[in-house]
Amino acid sequence: MSEISEEKIRSVRNDFPILSRTIYGKPLVYFDNAATTQKPNVVIDAISNYYRNDNANVHRGVHYLSQQATGAFENVRKKVSTFVNAGSSDEIIFTRGATEAINLVACSYCETFLNAGDEIIVSVLEHHSNIVPWQVACERKSAHLKVIPVTPDGDLDLEAFGKLLNDRTKIVAISHISNALGTINDVAEIVKMAHNIGVPVFVDGAQGLSHGPVDVQKLGCDFYAFSAHKMYGPMGIGGLFGKSSWLEKMQPYQLGGEMIDRVTFEKTTYNEIPYKFEAGTPNVADVMGLGAAIDYLNELGWDFITAQEIDLLEYATAQLQAIEGIKIIGMAAHKAAIISFLIDGIHFFDAGTIMDHLGVAVRTGSHCTQPLMNNLGINGTLRASMAFYNTRQEVDKLIDAIQRVKTLFA
Amino acid sequence: MTITETIDQLIKEFNQFDDWMDKYNYLIEMGRSVPLIDDTQKTDANLITGCQSRVWLSSEYKDGIIYFTADSDAVITKGIAYLLIRVFSGHTPAEIVDAETTFLDKIGLKEHLSPTRSNGLLSMVKQIKLYAFAYQVREKNS
Ligand SMILES: Cc1ncc(COP(=O)(O)O)c(C=O)c1O
Repeated sequence: MSEISEEKIRSVRNDFPILSRTIYGKPLVYFDNAATTQKPNVVIDAISNYYRNDNANVHRGVHYLSQQATGAFENVRKKVSTFVNAGSSDEIIFTRGATEAINLVACSYCETFLNAGDEIIVSVLEHHSNIVPWQVACERKSAHLKVIPVTPDGDLDLEAFGKLLNDRTKIVAISHISNALGTINDVAEIVKMAHNIGVPVFVDGAQGLSHGPVDVQKLGCDFYAFSAHKMYGPMGIGGLFGKSSWLEKMQPYQLGGEMIDRVTFEKTTYNEIPYKFEAGTPNVADVMGLGAAIDYLNELGWDFITAQEIDLLEYATAQLQAIEGIKIIGMAAHKAAIISFLIDGIHFFDAGTIMDHLGVAVRTGSHCTQPLMNNLGINGTLRASMAFYNTRQEVDKLIDAIQRVKTLFA
Repeated sequence: MTITETIDQLIKEFNQFDDWMDKYNYLIEMGRSVPLIDDTQKTDANLITGCQSRVWLSSEYKDGIIYFTADSDAVITKGIAYLLIRVFSGHTPAEIVDAETTFLDKIGLKEHLSPTRSNGLLSMVKQIKLYAFAYQVREKNS
């Protein structure tokens, strides 16, 4: 039984206004947190407060508001840096989200370091966002994409990974946590293996930052990408941690204002990191929202968050396994609170449509991981992804909804 | 029956249900009972992929009339595909080209034709219209 009091969870739920709304007249049960998490009041307020009271462009004005906005903006950079334990806040670049961070590295790193005949290693588990940019980089440079296979439980096959690594490998790009199966990859081990032969590791942390503390120095990774909207912050903002030793050597990704040092028609020189990678006016309001999300998570504490998510994961897994005809896809030993499953003889789209009408929001389909689904020999799954504000009672509603689906399609 | 008459009848049929569950039950029954598309017609060329469910649509043109058959791997999608077939199959290219396609709104199934559902049904409607248009062009040229 969970140690966490219902009172605590009720108070946490009150921080998220959307959780009290209804869908088709029924209380919302939101189990699509891997797609995006809901936002607490403090995040919503930080954004609206910025526009109401503090709006000014950053890095460009001598006037009071601009100075204040710049200070607040740079302060969030420090917060992110501390949150992931980067070496310095210069190693934090703001982007639109994980996807843009991946594209940034796939373009800028590969432009400088990838040559014909070289290899990039990804895994079968990856989200399309962590496949396509590398695939296209390989096509541009006549390099080759190599793929780490998964075991039937949904773990990366590290032995096979060891065999893929060689002196042509230029970078390894893997996810911290699989959005489709919930597998938590052993990033530290992967980094160790790659670094042994001097190969840098890029981590797609889109699902990583919301489920537990991340320490990029402990992981040892060279890059770590994330999206704020998957960690209770706003959409349209995210970031990239990159070791300064790499960032210094990489070409800028986009060009324009803010990222330059001196511009003449003969020659332009670039600003220092991180500004070299932040062309144009940044999304300041959402950076404020991201800052508020980090404060919120810090205050809530990882002890509470992980205890609650582990409880939900274990409870939901047991409840699902007790239903006849349910097959859980992905049974890795280390998993985040993400459960993919199938109901025997019932198409996931049919099941999801009915569950939606019962107020239970789950995701159906391939979860942007078509190569993984092909590899597993399926077209898609139903996916329930949980957050600390979910409850066992909500898991019970999910189970009830599945029972109704089974009766309806029997 | 004309296309408009079939649509009116569908609206009447669905108006009987005030509970969404009954409506889906009806669709599921439809999805289960309708004649399947001939297996030889379940080709990649006839496949309309949505990322949620897959729809196969095949057309046949005989004596100035177009006949459609369809199938889907999801039962609800198949039920709705069947409704579309009831409306559009057995009509002339001109009738199909001119027909309105918003009737799913009126029977409370609008969300199934939204592009975000990506269940293949919206593409199926487009494909039906496209077939009709192509046969119409062919008629004019022959
Ligand atoms: C593992 C993983 N990588 C990358 C992404 C892309 O994130 P975004 O769309 O926020 O850029 C997602 C989002 O679904 C994800 O789950």
